[in-house]
Amino acid sequence: MIVPVLLTALFLVAGTGARLLLALPHLAALLGTVAAGAAIAAMAGLSRSEALAARIAVPVLFGALLLWLWEILVVGFAVPSVILPPPSAVAVAFFSNLDVLGADFRQTVLRSVLPGYALGCGSGFLAALAIVRSDFLKRGLMPLGNLVSAMPIVGIAPIMVMWFGFDWPSKAAVVTVMTFFPMLVNTIAGLNEAGAIERDLMRCYAAGPWTTLLKLRLPAAMPFVFNALKLNSTLALIGAVVAEFFGTPILGMGFRISTQAARMNMDVVWATITVTALTGSLSFAAIAGLERVVTFWHPSFRAR
Amino acid sequence: MTKAKRIAIRILPIPTVLLALLIVWYIAAIFLNADQAQSLMDPDAPQGFAAVARATLSMDRPVLPAPHQIAASLWDSVFGWPILSPRNLIYHAGITAGAALLGLAFALVLGIALAVGIVQLRVLDRSLMPWVIGSQTVPVLAIAPMVVVVLGNLGMTGVLPKAVIAGYLSFFPITVGLVKGLRSPDPMQRDLLHTYAANEAQVLTKLRWPASIGFLFPSLRVAMSLALVGAIVAELPTGAQAGLGARLLAGSYYGQTIQLWAALLMAAFVSLAGLGAIALLQRATIAARGGRL
Repeated sequence: MIVPVLLTALFLVAGTGARLLLALPHLAALLGTVAAGAAIAAMAGLSRSEALAARIAVPVLFGALLLWLWEILVVGFAVPSVILPPPSAVAVAFFSNLDVLGADFRQTVLRSVLPGYALGCGSGFLAALAIVRSDFLKRGLMPLGNLVSAMPIVGIAPIMVMWFGFDWPSKAAVVTVMTFFPMLVNTIAGLNEAGAIERDLMRCYAAGPWTTLLKLRLPAAMPFVFNALKLNSTLALIGAVVAEFFGTPILGMGFRISTQAARMNMDVVWATITVTALTGSLSFAAIAGLERVVTFWHPSFRAR
Repeated sequence: MTKAKRIAIRILPIPTVLLALLIVWYIAAIFLNADQAQSLMDPDAPQGFAAVARATLSMDRPVLPAPHQIAASLWDSVFGWPILSPRNLIYHAGITAGAALLGLAFALVLGIALAVGIVQLRVLDRSLMPWVIGSQTVPVLAIAPMVVVVLGNLGMTGVLPKAVIAGYLSFFPITVGLVKGLRSPDPMQRDLLHTYAANEAQVLTKLRWPASIGFLFPSLRVAMSLALVGAIVAELPTGAQAGLGARLLAGSYYGQTIQLWAALLMAAFVSLAGLGAIALLQRATIAARGGRL
């Protein structure tokens, strides 16, 4: 265990040295090679261990290596920041534009994505509950739902902007439509998941349709519902940001990306991308955590 | 139950639902367009419900075009012009589908390479796999336009930037599906190959790869629709002259709602064609492998 940790320290020291010595290209290249080699050797050593700390350390180290390579290559080869700004510049832009990024976050995530997400997922879920009672509707709507989920629904963004105006309602509408069908299809599939034996057991208990739904079919559907929730959390962000390309008040992450890209302020663009990435990953992690709590009985969580 | 009756029960619901959808659409079109239609009508003309309803279904720039208007526009733009004319929707669909296909090819190469690396090398599995999964949570599509601008600055124009975005979007499902598939042979089968003194490469080509084909097709379906979405969105911001995304943007700029819906419907057809092609490919693969996957 001690060798990989030492190698990681070597990577950090040599990496920082290479970054500082970029004015002396030969020394920097030498140090950089040593640093990258140390990081790769450390990852190889750590990935033999089963300890939790090692399992977390390897991807973190890999991410650090990628970021560092990005920084040193961009600065070393003097890549114009119009094409790719170094991570340090992005970090500076991120922290010096916190107020602007915060306002964009409020406009796009809190006012467009969240209502749309809640409305789309909620109505998809309720529609599935209604549809699953009728075999005829299920047979008719399932193929259509599957089809619509495979379609480029982002295309309705311009139509929604035309209908609901430039502000957040149009974005929320796009998000609603985008998240509705995955939720519908997944919930129906999940509600059908409960096996015939379990349903017969419920009949033996003289359970009515509501009790069966509440005690058997809904819990059995939960893994599918969470699958849709996770899928939709990314879709919702995409929908809102893309809809902002079609017209928006002077606020929002999509607006920021398109205008700052046009003005060649790539560091601000990348800072906004960092915000979307953080939002996406954090909401995904939150839903995954909730899933672990709700569907603790599922084999994929019981295993360890 | 006779066979005909069973088929009827399976097939009948779809047209019924479609018919209901059409009826709802017409009613919605009448109500959504009513205000605009009334303001456009001759004030002296009779203003009964029937007259207004008729007007709402034949407007130039309706809020919601009626299905027959979209169908007429689609028909005209597909059959009314030569295939290579910029007024022909097939031409635009072809450009977008070409970018999506090229992107899908990139995604296949990258996805297969990554999956084999992840399955074969423990370091890659531990270091790369969390990032591959994590990157799915990032709304890549939202930054697609910027990628197009950056690649344009590097001198890459035309179909290539669009294909890069389509490929970047669609390689995730392929990688994840293939990793699952390459790991699907159970230890007993691997032990058998071990007793044959098969090396890693032979285990890969003779056992793991054939076992993973069944996992490839569902991934390919997801990847196909993602590639199409990527290609369309990549056309939006850069003032692309051709492609379904450009048609969507032009339609929204000039308020040509009918053209907008026609382009949207065309995108749906392209997506359907892709799903159909993958289904055919799957069927051919099953046939070539003696009836199973």
